[in-house]
Amino acid sequence: MSPFLFWFFAFLMLAFGAAVILNRNPIASALSLVICFMGLSALFMSLDAFFIGIIQVLVYAGAVMVLFLFIIMLLDLRVEQMRKINLFVVGGGGVVALAFFLQIYFVIRQLSIARLPFPPLRATKVDDVHSIGSLLFTHYNLPFQIIGVLVLVATIGVVVLSKRELR
Amino acid sequence: MVTLGHYLIVSGMLFTIGFAGVLLRRNIIIIFMSLELMLNAANLSLVAFSRFQVGANGGPNYNAQVFVFFIITVAAAEVAVGLAIIVALYRARQTTHVEDINTLKF
Repeated sequence: MSPFLFWFFAFLMLAFGAAVILNRNPIASALSLVICFMGLSALFMSLDAFFIGIIQVLVYAGAVMVLFLFIIMLLDLRVEQMRKINLFVVGGGGVVALAFFLQIYFVIRQLSIARLPFPPLRATKVDDVHSIGSLLFTHYNLPFQIIGVLVLVATIGVVVLSKRELR
Repeated sequence: MVTLGHYLIVSGMLFTIGFAGVLLRRNIIIIFMSLELMLNAANLSLVAFSRFQVGANGGPNYNAQVFVFFIITVAAAEVAVGLAIIVALYRARQTTHVEDINTLKF
């Protein structure tokens, strides 16, 4: 992938990711998150992970964000009223987040393999759906079935949570 | 030239944005979206490492992509349960502001 496209999509993703937490309107945040995930999906495809990129768009930008928008509109959330901002808390949170990022940055800078470019693929075509599918049903068969049970439990849990009468 | 480090730094930035959102925002839905950002930052670094290690068949190392597939599945289940909890909380308290939800029992 050309460096220009990498920087374009990385910048798009980070800018709209920042817009998610900077917007006061929850609907604007949710729509920014969609653009952020689109940029992330383009970065996945730049790493030859086409299947992951496509399910990122289908699952996140399609299903999850529609669920978020549905809940925001169901709860009828408007732009939140301005509360008094506790400057001590905001400053403290910012300092903690910045320290965390600097920690990641210095760890990656010391990593010697981080300076190497990506090696070229020797395969003539990328058949990642085939490879992921065969791994999923042979080597990772037990985790796959456990995930199926987890999704079933989540479905039942959501139904129980929604049906219960709250006093 | 784009190296592995660039992808890792971008992934770290995305994780930091999500982390800052959890720390700074008080709207519970925005906090939930920030959790999604952090999960996806982890996915990006996993996929970058997957591409970095060329496997025996000449393609990327697909074990990491199977792991990302599992993370996306768990995240989708987590979103469904979390939003159901938020709706139940809203029905009980009529608020999504975390500073109004600071009692364990009501």
